[in-house]
Amino acid sequence: MLSGWGNYPRVEARLLMARGRDEARAAVSSEASLIARGNGRSYGDAALNPNAVLSMLRSSRMIAFDEESGRLTCEAGVMLADILDVFVPRGWFAPVTPGTKFVTVGGMIASDVHGKNHHGAGSFTEHVDSFDLALADGQVVTCSRSENADLFAATCGGMGLTGTIVSATFRLIRVESPYIRQETRQAANLAEAMALLDQSASSTYSVAWIDCLSTGARMGRSVIFCGEHALPHELPSPPPKADTRTVTMPFHAPAMLLNRWSVSAFNEFYYRRNPAGTAIIPYGPYFYPLDAILAWNRLYGRAGFVQYQCVLPKAAAAEGMATLLRRIAASGKGSFLAVLKQFGATNPHGMLSFPMEGYTLALDFAVDRKTLALLGELDAITGDHGGRIYLAKDACSRPDLLRRGYPRLDEFLAVRHKVDPDNKFSSLLSQRLGL
Amino acid sequence: MSKSVLILGAASDIGLAIAHEFAREKAGVILAAREPGRLEADAVDLRVRYGTEVTVTEFDILRTDRHDAFLDGLPALPDVVVCVVGLLTGQAELVMQTNFNAPALMLEAVAARMEARGTGSIVGISSVAGDRGRASNYVYGSAKAGFTAFLSGLRNRLAAKGVQVVTVKPGFVRTKMTAGMKLPGPITAEPKEVGAAVLAAVERKRDVIYVRPVWRLIMTIIRLIPETIFKRLSL
Ligand SMILES: Cc1cc2nc3c(=O)[nH]c(=O)nc-3n(C[C@H](O)[C@H](O)[C@H](O)COP(=O)(O)OP(=O)(O)OC[C@H]3O[C@@H](n4cnc5c(N)ncnc54)[C@H](O)[C@@H]3O)c2cc1C
Ligand SMILES: NC(=O)c1ccc[n+]([C@@H]2O[C@H](COP(=O)([O-])OP(=O)(O)OC[C@H]3O[C@@H](n4cnc5c(N)ncnc54)[C@H](OP(=O)(O)O)[C@@H]3O)[C@@H](O)[C@H]2O)c1
Repeated sequence: MLSGWGNYPRVEARLLMARGRDEARAAVSSEASLIARGNGRSYGDAALNPNAVLSMLRSSRMIAFDEESGRLTCEAGVMLADILDVFVPRGWFAPVTPGTKFVTVGGMIASDVHGKNHHGAGSFTEHVDSFDLALADGQVVTCSRSENADLFAATCGGMGLTGTIVSATFRLIRVESPYIRQETRQAANLAEAMALLDQSASSTYSVAWIDCLSTGARMGRSVIFCGEHALPHELPSPPPKADTRTVTMPFHAPAMLLNRWSVSAFNEFYYRRNPAGTAIIPYGPYFYPLDAILAWNRLYGRAGFVQYQCVLPKAAAAEGMATLLRRIAASGKGSFLAVLKQFGATNPHGMLSFPMEGYTLALDFAVDRKTLALLGELDAITGDHGGRIYLAKDACSRPDLLRRGYPRLDEFLAVRHKVDPDNKFSSLLSQRLGL
Repeated sequence: MSKSVLILGAASDIGLAIAHEFAREKAGVILAAREPGRLEADAVDLRVRYGTEVTVTEFDILRTDRHDAFLDGLPALPDVVVCVVGLLTGQAELVMQTNFNAPALMLEAVAARMEARGTGSIVGISSVAGDRGRASNYVYGSAKAGFTAFLSGLRNRLAAKGVQVVTVKPGFVRTKMTAGMKLPGPITAEPKEVGAAVLAAVERKRDVIYVRPVWRLIMTIIRLIPETIFKRLSL
């Protein structure tokens, strides 16, 4: 049984393994229908195909690193965690990182992931120079902004549907320490939170944890975490030790564990626990607070969960976010893991790239019948405000919302049709959304 | 940290995992395998990650007549030699040769050189399958039992000579060898764990290690079952 991070949906699927370019090419050639898979950290059905799933996790070798420019070339299955382990001690960091380091380079390109620095740094593939892609016909081609440019743009954010990325070259950034100077602020409601995020545009990193259950004057109260890579002279001596301990969630929690009361109580606690202030902390807890709890997805019980993440354009965001929050708070659903972020401009080189200038909201829901109905309503609100949903998180949305939200969809489909006329690369997500 | 390590059977998942652990500690690594070409990408990977010296060399352990020449052809006798070579299934004689005769003879040749030098560590990857013969894999198991006994004797011989001998019993490990087999999660290790355990065993001068400690308990129980009962079990 295979699933995404949300444990929903789950399907029986044949898992193939490829180590390196030749094995990837051979696997692609031998199957009529398949989808590549990295570390399965997308939440829904993007990396699932009942016929065959091609795991790239064993394609995990680094190929070259240029100490001058920070250019790293590696196989697509290399994990971000490995890159950080190797390069942070040498003074380098990922140009863009999602909220977990247990993702692969291939997965970061295919979802064109964003981080807390999107307003300044853009999305991951904006730092990618080129990659090698195994196509449906078994050829491997190099794609960049100047070579096979269409294919490059369709593959950045293309959810594995143009081919299987076998290796990639991208640029790391220089950092002066493995620490983050974190500044915490509180916002009493949504309007304040959005204003604070706006004011934080000059911070390298910013993100807000948002309470999705509070209502009335406190609706959307948030804690905003801004961050800068700390400079050596800012570090206390001795610098705080990175806590590398992890715990594993040993079993699926009972479904009732998360309810309106337990989540409200947690939210109250969390809000109070994070008063305004400044602190120097290791990069781990700043970027990957959840990575310390392995298999935390079991918290939502056996039925699994879905994450809803949408972005609304700047002009419609204040009104749209308030509408979304009102609807979510009224449902009493939604968990304590909810995030509000500001996005900068859209990546010009990603036809299905998710970010657009505006605000993004992401939160988890345990799966049940009511949740699925609620998600349909949230989709409608998102669509009505000119927004779109993030395919890496999606498990439930429908083709019409995709079309409304992604203006370059036809351009993508044209490229896809050219390189893969039989839709060999196909996932439950692409089948569901008519991609 | 040890300055150089030779890995025999380096193309295996376990062999590569061991290489990573030693390379991270900045040891120079020699990867020895039947098809060295397949290891070039891994050698590059180790160099990019750890900036350490990595060489790849051709080696077939069954060519016992060439063991001495192989060792004498190395730039220097390594500080640590790890034998990962093994074969789970196949023609009985080949399984016996690959798991016992050839590894034992090779490590004997290594031991002679380390003994003369007065330092070194020899690591043999054996198996819990050698702790008691079972219907499902007794040819393999008996060869590993022989290898375990060989390592034990070698350790005894070299104890006062400055040479350490480590016996590693990994238990189930998720590798190419066991791909497609149904392995019980809690007692199945990842290759990385074996790598870390081998490095730790060398650094801490251990003698015999089970990678996941529960295996010591499991095998103690399995060894205690009286033969009259054991022979009726389906294992
Ligand atoms: C706790 C948590 C926090 C997260 N935070 C963020 C965040 O802040 N920002 C963000 O953008 N995302 C975030 N994500 C989502 C995650 O970054 C993406 O889903 C990412 O794509 C997962 O990478 P993966 O290697 O696990 O890929 P998978 O989940 O295995 O696959 C994801 C997609 O990539 C495709 N793919 C994978 N490898 C290849 C390849 N070699 N070639 C072609 N296609 C491939 C798959 O087909 C699939 O469509 C988060 C996820 C989690 C669990
Ligand atoms: N996986 C487990 O559950 C498990 C459990 C206990 C012990 N072990 C032991 O761990 C070791 C590694 O196993 P693995 O699981 O990683 O499986 P593996 O990939 O099959 O490893 C065996 C290695 O031995 C090499 N080899 C075989 N014959 C050789 C020869 N004549 N000359 C040189 N090298 C030869 C193979 O080389 P090629 O790559 O060229 O074929 C291969 O690299 C073995 O000794 C095995 O018995 C494994």
